[in-house]
Amino acid sequence: MNWIDIAALDEIPARGARKLTTAQGCVAVFRTGGDDVYALDDRCPHKGGPLSEGIVHGQSVTCPLHNWVFDLNTGRAMGADEGTVPTYPCRVEGGRILIDASRLARASAA
Amino acid sequence: MKRLVVVGAGMATGRALEHLFEREPGRWSVTLFNAEPRGNYDRIMLSPVLSGEKAYEDIVIHDAAWYEAHGVECRFGTRVASVDRAAKTVTSETGDVVAYDKLLIGTGSDPFMIPLPGHDLDGVIAYRDLEDTERMMAMGAGRRVVVIGGGLLGLEAAAGMAARGADVTVIHINPHLMERQLDEAAGYLLRKALVEKGITVRCSANSTEILGDGGHVRALMLDDGTELACDLLVMAVGIRPNVAVAKRAGLAVGRGIQVDDRMVTSDADVLAVGECVEHDGALFGLVAPLYDQAKVVAATLTGEDAAFVPKELSTKLKVTGCDLFSAGDFAEGEGREDIVLRDPSRGVYRRLVLQQDRVVGAVMYGDTADSAWFFQLIKDRTDITDMRETLIFGPAYQGGGQADPMAAVAALPDDAEICGCNGVCKGTIVAAIEGGAVDLGGVRANTKASASCGTCTGLVEQLIAAQTGAAAPAVQPVCGCTDLTHEEVRRLIKSQALKTMPAVWQELGWKTVDGCHTCRPALNFYLLADWPLDYADDPQSRFINERKHANIQEDGTFSVVPRMWGGVTTPDELRAIADAADKYHVPTVKVTGGQRIDLLGVRGEDLPAIWRDLNEAGMVSGYAYSKGLRTVKTCVGTDHCRFGTQDSTGLGIALEKTLHGSWTPHKLKLGVSGCPRNCAEATCKDIGVVCVDSGYQVSIGGAAGMDVKETEFLIQVPTEAETIQVIKAVIQVYRENAKYLDRIYKWLAKVGMDWVRAQIEDPDERRALVDRFELSQSVYRHDPWARHAAAQAERYRPVASLALEAAE
Ligand code: SRM
Ligand SMILES: Cc1cc2nc3c(=O)[nH]c(=O)nc-3n(C[C@H](O)[C@H](O)[C@H](O)COP(=O)(O)OP(=O)(O)OC[C@H]3O[C@@H](n4cnc5c(N)ncnc54)[C@H](O)[C@@H]3O)c2cc1C
Ligand code: SF4
Ligand code: FES
Repeated sequence: MNWIDIAALDEIPARGARKLTTAQGCVAVFRTGGDDVYALDDRCPHKGGPLSEGIVHGQSVTCPLHNWVFDLNTGRAMGADEGTVPTYPCRVEGGRILIDASRLARASAA
Repeated sequence: MKRLVVVGAGMATGRALEHLFEREPGRWSVTLFNAEPRGNYDRIMLSPVLSGEKAYEDIVIHDAAWYEAHGVECRFGTRVASVDRAAKTVTSETGDVVAYDKLLIGTGSDPFMIPLPGHDLDGVIAYRDLEDTERMMAMGAGRRVVVIGGGLLGLEAAAGMAARGADVTVIHINPHLMERQLDEAAGYLLRKALVEKGITVRCSANSTEILGDGGHVRALMLDDGTELACDLLVMAVGIRPNVAVAKRAGLAVGRGIQVDDRMVTSDADVLAVGECVEHDGALFGLVAPLYDQAKVVAATLTGEDAAFVPKELSTKLKVTGCDLFSAGDFAEGEGREDIVLRDPSRGVYRRLVLQQDRVVGAVMYGDTADSAWFFQLIKDRTDITDMRETLIFGPAYQGGGQADPMAAVAALPDDAEICGCNGVCKGTIVAAIEGGAVDLGGVRANTKASASCGTCTGLVEQLIAAQTGAAAPAVQPVCGCTDLTHEEVRRLIKSQALKTMPAVWQELGWKTVDGCHTCRPALNFYLLADWPLDYADDPQSRFINERKHANIQEDGTFSVVPRMWGGVTTPDELRAIADAADKYHVPTVKVTGGQRIDLLGVRGEDLPAIWRDLNEAGMVSGYAYSKGLRTVKTCVGTDHCRFGTQDSTGLGIALEKTLHGSWTPHKLKLGVSGCPRNCAEATCKDIGVVCVDSGYQVSIGGAAGMDVKETEFLIQVPTEAETIQVIKAVIQVYRENAKYLDRIYKWLAKVGMDWVRAQIEDPDERRALVDRFELSQSVYRHDPWARHAAAQAERYRPVASLALEAAE
């Protein structure tokens, strides 16, 4: 694990998300109504919609383009739709958001 | 005899001594120091003492007889000043020196006092001991108290003083109370119960200064300038382990006194217990773990093996009438899932958090009878696969139980207005049903309820079903989060004066924690349309286009459409648009079907900057992304056209200027044509005006999208001013009554033109509608681009860049 501090929790609105740019593309960092955080690739497996712009509810997000709904825990599409978004370990510590950058950093170092 | 010196006669050391004397009676000679001038009492029960339910005598744990029986030498009212670990002695602040074989530190916590200017004034206190409690007990009727902190302690203090008749205000920095233990829904119910007890609750409030008069507190000032007068100010914002003695003695101290699993500090002869310790990085603020620690302390002192293992904790609030319970873990975790049960009629809320077929957390409000059962499931990590379906109903229902889809209607008070048109309350309808009106027709004939616009029909049917036991007709609910229809939700928001999203979720029995992408935008609209001054628009409940004030494109870029009032522009505006298109590399510039110019393909990050540029040229957001006023299409009218009868361009501009910014159930397009040749296509807009010699013909309900509809004539009026009034009134009736995502023509088909016309023709009704429209516009008629470019630009940028971090 390679935990990197990316931002204060307050920089993301509750039930919202912000983009995190990385060497291998954008990652969407979500904050739920209960102040849990999640990180998923910011690309919907359907047609590439930016998940960071979706509506966050419970522990899911709805893609803004065609309303596919994803479980933030697993990145899996819910209901009848099929597809999975890669997820990255992410947590809050002392009001700061930490993301595990091992997979992301490896790619950026290469 | 082994000599034990104990620093602090609190709940933790008291329990440790009990275990010690049980294990090795008569083998210890104990000296007990306490800063408070008394021995061990049940600190937890100070709240019932404060509220008058108990007396101090009732909460003493160890009295003089107990100490004497166990040969404890008590030095109460005496603080330990220092410890000499080499000499193995402690020195009290009065200079007494006492030698020990083993030392036990249990100094508890210090309340944290926010260092606001004035925090040292007389009358500013914490809530920790009997002295504090007695200060608060002196606050009776006519005394004003402010409590800073809406957590467990602050609320118990507030409720205790309110029970004595004091005028209490609670200031809390977070949006909901007890945010560490409760979620929003439970926080909402708790707040409601406290308000019913006469306590004023101000959430999201920041204190800036404590004002005094002659050295005594006079008022608390908030950052919005409000001054809250008070005779006593209680700070209950948190505690810090009291590590002063330990630190001076040179023991290892982090946030608390560091101990190992056996409760031994960095010195083998010194133990610590209670709120002053730090174990494995964790601090403690509830007695359950302290009692476990106390057991370990006794074992360690008597040379037995024991290890402290932290367990799951639960919280209850000791305020009569506020039954709440919270336990376990709500933070992070793979594959978590919520089960929610709300019973609005009983004010009950339950939420379980599941993870891999185990309950990991629970919040309950209103009915906590089953809390012990749920807490046990959490502690035992019981596999709940077999009872998943009925789990939420508690142990009594294993094998049965079901949520009541009519609970929200059943919960309504008798004076809740069901039919807004005819002012009919629930009580009247129930009386009619009891009097024999057992179907919709009967109720309508008797009470007029649902006989006008008809949007409350569903509610009336549910009432009939609830009263007669008949099945309610199947309806199309808003979404899977509720059994209610849009129309029912709208009526209930009004009749129950629900003004926040958590209030709606709870009182209308939402089945999810915080809604979904279908209901949240609808609720956000209903709340802002009904309570423009009370409800704060929630961007997170808006679809991306409205949240970012731009239309998202299929490649994730955005389009930017500035307003072009009535379709009229100037060379300067056109130059500014051209400059912006160049500067931000806009790939496509297109004239829209709405008489303005669209800049398509702008990067999300560039939005605030391009808006700022357009703002500087005098242009504002065209709301091309909104369920709100879009365009007012005009023709050239009398200005240039040889057939024009009135100034259609001028009227269009005036309309767009006064209507812009208003949110509506769906998009709203207007057209104003200067004569019946109708070059502005006014008769296929949501609202159209066709000018004639004798005045202005207003028609509504047109569309030219998926359905093509011609407008229906509403009214003809003689002046421009009256035209504008009529249009505002129509928009307001539509805003107040229509289902979210119904355009005017769809709504019109439900309520009927006659009903709408009756509202507009009645002069009082029209005036009232216009007033309400204007009230809402006083909040919403503004340019969101200017606001976002100035204050929210940060939100449009990535929160961080990992590529850079890695390179650094
Ligand atoms: C830009 C524009 C097309 C153009 O280049 O002319 C346009 C573009 C879109 N229209 Fe439109 N409509 C545009 C004029 C119209 C018109 C003509 C008009 O307004 O006179 C109509 C038919 C008239 C009407 O509304 O009745 C029209 C009927 C629709 C509909 C069907 C609505 C309906 O109730 O049937 C939709 C879908 C919807 O809103 O749900 C739609 C939705 C859309 C959306 C917002 C689709 C979407 O959700 O992403 C398009 C956004 C493109 C983008 O990314 O910017 N657009 N759209 C026009 C913008 C006008 C403006 O200046 O604001
Ligand atoms: C109003 C109130 C309500 C509460 N309600 C609950 C509840 O419902 N449930 C729950 O689990 N917990 C509750 N708590 C918390 C609970 O009371 C504490 O967790 C518990 O009392 C801590 O025990 P302790 O022995 O560590 O410290 P304390 O009980 O605070 O004892 C420490 C003692 O050490 C003394 N001391 C400090 N320094 C020195 C020194 N240098 N020399 C000599 N003596 C010293 C202090 O005067 C104090 O008497 C409540 C607390 C308060 C104030
Ligand atoms: S007609 Fe269809 S494709 Fe064309 S702008 Fe309107 S919504 Fe988009
Ligand atoms: S791109 Fe996400 S649902 Fe289509």
